[in-house]
Amino acid sequence: MDSISATRYAESNVRLSLGPMPYFWPRAQTLAFYEAACEWPVEVVYLGETVCSKRRELRLRDWLSLAMLLQSVGKEVVLSSLTLIEAESESGALKRLISAAPGLVEANDLTAVSLCRQTGKNFVGGPGLNVYNAETMALLVADGMVRWVPGVEQGHVQLTHLLATADQSGIVLPELEMPVWGRPGLAWSARCFTARALDLAKDDCGFRCIEFPDGLPLQTREGEPLLRLNGVQVLGETTVDLGPELPELRELGVRIARITPQAHNMHEVLTRFAKVWRDGLATPRVGAENGYWREGPGNVQLPSR
Amino acid sequence: MELVAPAGNLPALDAALEAGADSIYVGFRDQTNARAFPGLNFSDAELIEGIRRAHKRGRRVLIALNTYAESARFADWCKAVDRAADAGADALILADMGVLDYACRNHPNLPRHLSVQGSATTAGALKYMHERFGISRAVLPRVLSIQQVEQVCATSQVPLETFAFGSLCIMVEGRCQLSSFVTGASPNRHGVCSPAKFVRWEELPDGGRSVRLNGVLIDRFEANEPAAYPTVCKGRFRVGEEVFHALEEPTSLNTLELLPRLQSAGVAALKIEGRQRGAAYMGAVVRTWRSAIDRLRTDPEHWAVQASWQTELARHAEGHQTTLGPYHRSWH
Repeated sequence: MDSISATRYAESNVRLSLGPMPYFWPRAQTLAFYEAACEWPVEVVYLGETVCSKRRELRLRDWLSLAMLLQSVGKEVVLSSLTLIEAESESGALKRLISAAPGLVEANDLTAVSLCRQTGKNFVGGPGLNVYNAETMALLVADGMVRWVPGVEQGHVQLTHLLATADQSGIVLPELEMPVWGRPGLAWSARCFTARALDLAKDDCGFRCIEFPDGLPLQTREGEPLLRLNGVQVLGETTVDLGPELPELRELGVRIARITPQAHNMHEVLTRFAKVWRDGLATPRVGAENGYWREGPGNVQLPSR
Repeated sequence: MELVAPAGNLPALDAALEAGADSIYVGFRDQTNARAFPGLNFSDAELIEGIRRAHKRGRRVLIALNTYAESARFADWCKAVDRAADAGADALILADMGVLDYACRNHPNLPRHLSVQGSATTAGALKYMHERFGISRAVLPRVLSIQQVEQVCATSQVPLETFAFGSLCIMVEGRCQLSSFVTGASPNRHGVCSPAKFVRWEELPDGGRSVRLNGVLIDRFEANEPAAYPTVCKGRFRVGEEVFHALEEPTSLNTLELLPRLQSAGVAALKIEGRQRGAAYMGAVVRTWRSAIDRLRTDPEHWAVQASWQTELARHAEGHQTTLGPYHRSWH
């Protein structure tokens, strides 16, 4: 199947992307981050809030002006949507985001898929959608999914099967984007775990997650770091690094490698991947192994089953 | 409102029927359903027998095929759909879009319910599932407040089922990878959360116990402290200087006091959780809810939560504690 994928993607650009920002930062810090991104070696930038609708340091118009700024220096901009949508007001905000988006939208929930399908807007299937087989992928492609970012559980074996099945069935493959750097998003809840840890009610949270630019660390009772609390989202503690697996990703047909934003050293991280990704080379691991990639527990400090 | 109860085997199914469940949901003995525990669930022959017993009483059997099918195993999920149809199931409870599509095309007259694992929390998501796969019911994830449930009921064209009682998942179902992060076994792919084969209890010198999941310390209990099953979301962890149940306490969901509001909202069915629980749990829990629903139907003016109902439900709750969970805004 390698040759098939290679042919199919011959025309596609091999690119790096900056995924959506999972954390909540002060307005000035967020703006500075994306202004700096204009100079970074990254071709695709995802903007927007994917975790909590209460976070409003930046409004839609702010994201849109950042989009214009990034587009003006040649970046492709995608607006990402909320992962867990509960209130009708959030559905309304999503509708406005989709109609205002200057390019693709990243759909992280079926509500967004539904709206894109209805309005004929092409979308990126985000890691929040449950796509485990070629049949599901084909349905979403028919709905307008032109790019797909697999969920955190997807490993090499699963993706190989999925893509081979799609090839055999003549399914038009979406462009494939794979997260290669960052903490994995593991769970979402109605509950705000940051507010709970600070003994605050969610409705009166004071937006305190802004104090934890890389999430609030959670350890086991014997001091082993395990998770990061990020508002209503739970992340894995370890920053996953698929640097050594980059050639495997390329062979599989992945054309966009996604880097997840973090508070520090973003430029260095991007530069490290930019040096090797386009040439299909590996780079030694700096972060943690992604256990899911080899069919094991996501957290590789643990013995595999 | 229809009362939907789970059964992990024929005795539990009998108990639920006897206690007055309108529908029973069951799964096959494999990873096609979200309670793929050893020794649980139905063989094809048991399923046919279970359906016969339910139909004899005019009740229905729903089959949960609510895990996600990886490409390499997709055919097994399709076969399970066929087996369920052949056995005479009254409806399928599905989550995977590929499997929904298969069922829709091959068994168009067999009703399809969207499982809670399908993570549809809005009228828009439900509309999509309805247009795409003709679902005739959807089970709402346990993340919505009662006001949000009322809102979705008012705007959705799909009849809704909500959770009434049982173990409480606090994360959006279908999107929680905490179990697979620690063990590699996931609810979505393997139909299990924190499976028992990864659990290790240790006796401590002070008479207490500690419990690990695949080596990760989930909690430690004093000698006389009741110990909870070690799912990651109900363990005690350190955040800053504090050690506490950082995600949730070991507790069960109980929405009994919301029954009149759920009914006026137009909720079509109430679901009891606990396919892994035995016939005694099923009988007691279903009987209690049956009484509450019947009382509401026959005498809505004087309906009030009976202390005896709550006592009975608390006896069967995790840690003997119950909560309104996300239905109540202060829980968030």
